[in-house]
Amino acid sequence: MDWTEILIDAATASIGPVAAAYALAAIGLNLQFGYSGLLNFGQAGFMLVGGYGAAITVEHGGSFWLGILVGIAASVVLGLILGGPTLRLRADYLAIVTISAAEILRLIVRSGWAEPLTNGVFGIQGFANPFFDLNPLATAGRYGWGDFTFQGRQLWVMIVGWSLVGLATLLLWKLIASPWGRAIRAIREDEDAARALGKNVFGYKLQSLILGGALGGAAGMLLAVEQQNIVSDSFLPQLTFFLYVIVILGGAGTILGPIFGAIVFRFLFQFFDGFMAQSQAEGWYGDLLDATDAQQIKLVLVGAGLMALMVFRPQGAFGNREELLIDDN
Amino acid sequence: MTTNTIAAEPGVAKPDPILVVDGLQRTFGGLHAVDVDHLEIQRNTITSLIGPNGAGKTTLFNLLTGFDEVDAGTFSLNGESLVGVPSYRVARRGMVRTFQLTKSLGRLTVLENMMFGAPDNPGESLSGAMFRRWRSAEADIEARSRELLERFGMDHMSSEYAGSLSGGQRKLLEMARSLMVEPDIVMLDEPMAGVNPVLTQSLLEHIKALRDDGRTVVFVEHDMDVVQEISDWVIVLAEGQVIAEGRPEQIASNPIVIDAYLGTQSNG
Amino acid sequence: MIGLIALSAPAHAQAETVGGTIQVAEGAERTPIAGVVIDISLDGEDIGTGTSDDTGIWAVDVPGPGTYQAELDVESLPDGVAPTDPDSTLLDSVIVRAGQNKVIAFRLGEGSVAAANRYKQLGNLFILGLKLGAIIALSAVGLSLIYGVTGLINFAHGELLTFGALMLYFFHVSGGGPGWPLLLAAIPAVILGGLFGGAQDRLLWRPLRKRRIGNIAMMVVSIGLALALRNFFLIIFDGQPRSLRDFAIQDTVDILGIPVVPKTLVIIGASLVILTCVGLFLQKTKTGIAVRAIADNKDLAESSGIDVQSVILSTWILGAGLAALSGVFFGVSESVQYNMGFRLLLLTFAATVLGGLGTAYGAMLGGFVIGIAIEMSTYWIDTELKNALALGLLIVMLLFRPQGLLGRKERLG
Repeated sequence: MDWTEILIDAATASIGPVAAAYALAAIGLNLQFGYSGLLNFGQAGFMLVGGYGAAITVEHGGSFWLGILVGIAASVVLGLILGGPTLRLRADYLAIVTISAAEILRLIVRSGWAEPLTNGVFGIQGFANPFFDLNPLATAGRYGWGDFTFQGRQLWVMIVGWSLVGLATLLLWKLIASPWGRAIRAIREDEDAARALGKNVFGYKLQSLILGGALGGAAGMLLAVEQQNIVSDSFLPQLTFFLYVIVILGGAGTILGPIFGAIVFRFLFQFFDGFMAQSQAEGWYGDLLDATDAQQIKLVLVGAGLMALMVFRPQGAFGNREELLIDDN
Repeated sequence: MTTNTIAAEPGVAKPDPILVVDGLQRTFGGLHAVDVDHLEIQRNTITSLIGPNGAGKTTLFNLLTGFDEVDAGTFSLNGESLVGVPSYRVARRGMVRTFQLTKSLGRLTVLENMMFGAPDNPGESLSGAMFRRWRSAEADIEARSRELLERFGMDHMSSEYAGSLSGGQRKLLEMARSLMVEPDIVMLDEPMAGVNPVLTQSLLEHIKALRDDGRTVVFVEHDMDVVQEISDWVIVLAEGQVIAEGRPEQIASNPIVIDAYLGTQSNG
Repeated sequence: MIGLIALSAPAHAQAETVGGTIQVAEGAERTPIAGVVIDISLDGEDIGTGTSDDTGIWAVDVPGPGTYQAELDVESLPDGVAPTDPDSTLLDSVIVRAGQNKVIAFRLGEGSVAAANRYKQLGNLFILGLKLGAIIALSAVGLSLIYGVTGLINFAHGELLTFGALMLYFFHVSGGGPGWPLLLAAIPAVILGGLFGGAQDRLLWRPLRKRRIGNIAMMVVSIGLALALRNFFLIIFDGQPRSLRDFAIQDTVDILGIPVVPKTLVIIGASLVILTCVGLFLQKTKTGIAVRAIADNKDLAESSGIDVQSVILSTWILGAGLAALSGVFFGVSESVQYNMGFRLLLLTFAATVLGGLGTAYGAMLGGFVIGIAIEMSTYWIDTELKNALALGLLIVMLLFRPQGLLGRKERLG
């Protein structure tokens, strides 16, 4: 077993473009779930409209930069459509509606009916050339130390991706420290108390849903750009569940939690892949497991991990244990 | 403002009413939870609302403050109708309520709880938080919050989480927080419930101080001694209807009240 | 798993297809048939539709290697042509390797799948809708009852349904099982399904309630449970759908001129009887009344001497048993697959909200409305979009009547 290779692969994945995209989407989810108490189970849907908004625009003659605007606008509109009817209702309605909407969108995008626009199950490829044209690095060159290297093309996505993560974190930090941030935290604690004090609870929740959704849309675009390829089935409900693991792992309602969570999550994910691949190749399990079983075992562990985190360490790595112990009656 | 000249009868008109209710109805599955013909609350008085369990006191509070919708009837604050006005706008119009089960914002500190109560905070809108200078306004709000906390004797716990306070302290905090809104009228739903006797005395003093500041207070209470001590006027609710009104000593001797309220209290 | 592959691997260079030639064989003579429709799907999700051209040739591009299902749309066959075996119209494990142009064949001969008229088609869709509605209603009532007493929207409800179907498969078909007839095997499947739910309450949800974990956190826990269970089922049962042995092939009977397979009627009838029993249980029995009392006001119920924890346990057993039964019917109606419950979960949610969250009768009504709407809609819109339509219905409902068909307005917060 080559532990160095496994660890280097895992470390590479933990700061790679996908980790940046996950972190960005998780920052949005953290604003919604961690700070505002909104149960958005459809962040994958926001990512989908962001990515597809950009890809479809380019595919149909628009410029890449217009595509980015369309992608962000699409996720904002989705937030308005979903938030409007549900944010006045109990929290559980939002959960049901967001997961349903994300699935509706995925089903529509992959259907034959939408194929002229979305290319159905095959998705859209090669729409991000203007982005890569801006790359100042040598596309095929390798950058890094020893075995720990990235391709110039990949590194360019990482630089842009992590810069976006940094900007989003700064924005969130500024917002949460402002009276606006205090208001959404107060609403998370008790909506009625906020209403009785003259606060427009619905407006705050809608703003939080839309802002978090727009960050999700940007993350969806980042994923699509990195692959130069967008397919509907990248946006399965489990993508949202991964983001919950990330947010809770890092600590819901903490500024740096989503970044930390995304890095650790991607590290563990890749570490498990590498370990299983090598141990399988060495015949540790005989005929007991085949190659796809490893993927499924991983998802069982993700699910069990989400449960365990929520039950035993809901404050995550950065969360304040004391804050959580408060008996809220 | 005196109540001596007002007749002690249900629905009686009062000089300078701040809140006027007409034909208010709310039913739950056929049951009349609230059915008030006419009711006026006089400005700058302490009015207590009493009645047996299930008399509709909290439902009436919910209706008046926009937390529930009326089936029929009208009500107005300072002459302007409040029918269909959402709860947060009711608060902005000058009527602020507290809750029977205290709603302290547990994972905010006491000071944050207070500051959140302030109206018209420029940093509280999304665009304001991002683009406007809100720090000086925020500093003013903090000063006001600390002043109020001091008045309520809570200044030493301003950095504690509200969730770590005792039940009585939370009641006190909720009342202080509602004053941050600068309301004309404060609706207190059982402010004394579950509060120890020492704090009860201090709460009573605060309620009197509200009236001395020129505000109107309406509060729901079960303890008749408390009602007798601080009320200018008492309204008795039973089965959703106003069955009696009057000064505290008039109510104490009213046979209808003794029959409807005290009679059922023994088994409630 | 598709998502993971798509995320980690660049777009594959070679394109895979599934295709073939639609023709009627008479001795050595082959007559190509144009305009015949074939639906290709993967794990119960539509991939694409192919239509045969004048030479009978059709092909559908598929997104990558995998085990696909291909179904011949019998209604698209012209007059006088029918499958030689009426049950060979579904090929449920078409294995496509990387870069392969997989060829499959449907055996057709002269026969009488008479061109269905409008009445027949709509009538048939309505009955299919009733069947799907019954399956959804059973699942939705279970979800709604559990929600009523615990306040938990259980995202792992679908796995209760899958569990029932898997148990049925084990007792009925599986090599390691006893190989009982379907009707007998359904009994332990439903009982074990109920116990599975009871065990979840005792071992997971009750301890969490004791720790005073909030409903939002519980929902996230149920998401984790659903993900873990679903993939656990996938490991032990594999991905492809599997048919049951009994009643797989049935001759149709005529109901008011509409051909219906008897098992469909049995599913509808049995569901109606069981839903009625659930209604009677809630109205007449002591436990049922306690269930409603807790759903109405938990504190009041507790203070009036109801043993809330034991009623919650009973409700979990009942709700999970109903879900397992729903899974049994769903398996009989289509096939058994590791993700069948998850596929039905969002429709169950839609039914529950449509009828009024937390109202058992609303969930029943919502189930039938959703089921019928889904099946009937395929007369006008693409089959691929039918589930999207049902979920869209849910969102529209929330816009105009958020408390649901049978919900009371003041219950909303």
